[in-house]
Amino acid sequence: MRNFLDFEKPLAELESKIDELRRMPGPEGLSIADEVSRLSEKADRQLRTLYAKLTPWQKTQVARHPDRPRALAYIAGLITDFMPLGGDRAFAEDAAIVGGLGRFRERPVMVLGTEKGTDTESRIKHNFGSARPEGYRKVRRLMELAGRYHLPILSFIDTSGAYPGIDAEARGQAEAIARSIEAGLAAPVPFVATVIGEGGSGGAIALGAADRVLMLEHSIYSVISPEGCASILWRDAASASVAAEALRLTADDLRRFDLVDAVIPEPLGGAHRAPDVMIASVGDALETALAPLLGQAPEALKARRREKFLAMGREGLS
Amino acid sequence: MSWLTEFVRPKIRTLLGRKDVPENLWHQCPACQQMIFQRDLEANLKVCMHCGHHMRATARERLNWTFDEGAYTLIDMPRVPQDPLRFRDQKRYSDRLKEARDKTKLDDAILVAHGQIGGHKAVVAAMDFNFMAGSMGAAVGEGIVAAARLAVLQKAPFIIYTSSGGARMQEGAISLMQMPRSIIATQMVKEAGLPFLVVLTDPTTGGVTASFAMLGDIQIAEPGALIGFAGARVIEQTVREKLPEGFQRSEYLYEHGIVDMIVNRAEMRATITRLIDMLVPPPAVVTEPPAPPPAANELATV
Repeated sequence: MRNFLDFEKPLAELESKIDELRRMPGPEGLSIADEVSRLSEKADRQLRTLYAKLTPWQKTQVARHPDRPRALAYIAGLITDFMPLGGDRAFAEDAAIVGGLGRFRERPVMVLGTEKGTDTESRIKHNFGSARPEGYRKVRRLMELAGRYHLPILSFIDTSGAYPGIDAEARGQAEAIARSIEAGLAAPVPFVATVIGEGGSGGAIALGAADRVLMLEHSIYSVISPEGCASILWRDAASASVAAEALRLTADDLRRFDLVDAVIPEPLGGAHRAPDVMIASVGDALETALAPLLGQAPEALKARRREKFLAMGREGLS
Repeated sequence: MSWLTEFVRPKIRTLLGRKDVPENLWHQCPACQQMIFQRDLEANLKVCMHCGHHMRATARERLNWTFDEGAYTLIDMPRVPQDPLRFRDQKRYSDRLKEARDKTKLDDAILVAHGQIGGHKAVVAAMDFNFMAGSMGAAVGEGIVAAARLAVLQKAPFIIYTSSGGARMQEGAISLMQMPRSIIATQMVKEAGLPFLVVLTDPTTGGVTASFAMLGDIQIAEPGALIGFAGARVIEQTVREKLPEGFQRSEYLYEHGIVDMIVNRAEMRATITRLIDMLVPPPAVVTEPPAPPPAANELATV
C-alpha cells in the first residue's frame, strides 16, 4: 500500500481506481486496458502538475514522507563493503546516527548519517532520527578518524532535529553539537553533505559544515520546524504552512541564497516513487561534488571551506 | 483597594509632585519580591542585595563592568543585509528590527569593544537580550567574526558574554549558518594561541549554546542562569515528565561537568583578570636559552 499525502488525495483516488480495474477479471479485457491506460495517463499528468509547483509546506510533507529513502538506503545503494562503527567511547552507542567505513565507487570513505528508520520498530531503534549527545560525539570521533586516515567524508542528513530530552541536556547536547560542527569545519579531508529529507536545525548542521552541501529537490533545510516557528511567532501551530512559506526552507531557496551548492532533481512524484533512480542520481552528484576536492591539500581545503561559510548570508534576496 | 492606596499615596504624590517620582525609582526583585532602590541596585551590579539574584544586564553594562575604569572603544559593526528573506509573521521583521533599535538604541543584539582588562589588551563582545531576545542572525554572527578578527589582530584574548534565545527565526537558514560561522571565529582565536573565554548569562539557549557559546577555553556561568539547548516546554512535551528542580540552571550545568565555574557578578572582572594573567604570558619577558644538556660522562658521575 502506497502512502499518500493530504494534497495527493485526487491522485490517490485515481491510482486506487486503476488498481481496481487492473484486478478486475472479465471477458471485455480490451476496454479495461484502454480505460487503465487512459486513467494512468491522467494520473501521470496530475502528478506532473502537482509536483511542478509544490508549496513549501507540501515540500515539507514530501521531505518527511514515510516511504522516502533514508540514510541507510543511500548507504546500501552507494557504499560497498560498509562497516558500521559504533559508540562515542564515553557513554553509549546512539543509533540515531549511523556511520562507518566503506567504499564509494572503490574509494574508501567515512560515511555518516542521521537515520529515521523505515517502520515502527526501526524508527524506535533509531529514535526517529533525533540524536543525543553521544550521537554527535560519535560524529566527531568518526570525522577525526577520517582525517587521520585521509578518508573523504560523506554525510546524509535527514532529521527533524536533535533530541530534546532531559538526559540529552544533562549530558551536554549543545556542546556535543557545537563540537561536531567544529570537527566538520576542521576536517583535513574532502567533506560532502547531502540533505536527503529533513534538515532540522542544529541536529542537521552538526553533519553539514561541509565543502559541498547538496540538497534533494524536495528536501528542506531550516533553522526551526514550520510547526515550531508557527507556535512561537503566530502562537498557533496550525499556521505551519504560512511559516513554511516565510522560512524559505526549500532546496531552491537555499540554493538562491548560496547556502547550499547544488540541488539534485527528484524523480516525478518524489524520491519515494523511484528510490533506485534517486539513489543512483545522488551517487552521480556525489561523484561530481567530490572529484574537484580530491587531491587538494588539507590546509587549502580547510581554508576554502571556511571562506565559503564566512561569505554566507552577506547577500540578501534582491 | 486598601486604605494605603486610597489615602496615603495621594498625599505623598501631592507632597512630592507627580513628575518627581520616576516610575523606575524602585525595582522589585523577580526572585524574592523585595523592593530595591534602583540606584542601589545599579551600584550592586544589578544583583539583589537581599537574595543574590542576578538580574539581566544590558550589553553596555557588561562592557562598563568588565574593562579597566569602564573605559573601552566600541567597534563599528559590519553591515549585513537587513531582512534578507522579507520575513513577515504577525509583524514584519523589518518593523521588529526598527522597534528593537528604538527601544535599545542598539543596531543589533551584540556590542563589540576593545580596551584593557587588568592592564591586558582584551576584546569583549556582549550580547543584549533586550534586542529581539538576543537572537543570532547575520548581524550577531558577523559581530562575533569581527570580534575574533580584532582579537587576532591585536593578539588579545576574546571574552564574550552570551545572552540569547537562540537563532533568529526571521532570517531562516541564514541564521542557522551563523552556527558554523561563529565557530570559525572561535577557531581563528584559538589557532592564534589566544584565550577564548565564555561567560554564560541568563538566558543562553538554542543555536547559540550549540555553537560558539559552548566552545570557550574556559566556560564561566553567572549564578542561576538558564543555559540549555532545547526549551523547557519542548522537552516537557517530548518526554512527558516533570523537569527536575534547577534543570538547565548554571548549578545544574556545573554538576554535570558542562561549565568550569560559577562566578558571582561582583567577582567576574577579577576572575577574568586572573585567568588572562595566567593564560597570556607577559609580552616583554625574554626567556633565557636553556642550559646545554650535561655531557654523558657528567651524568655518569652523578
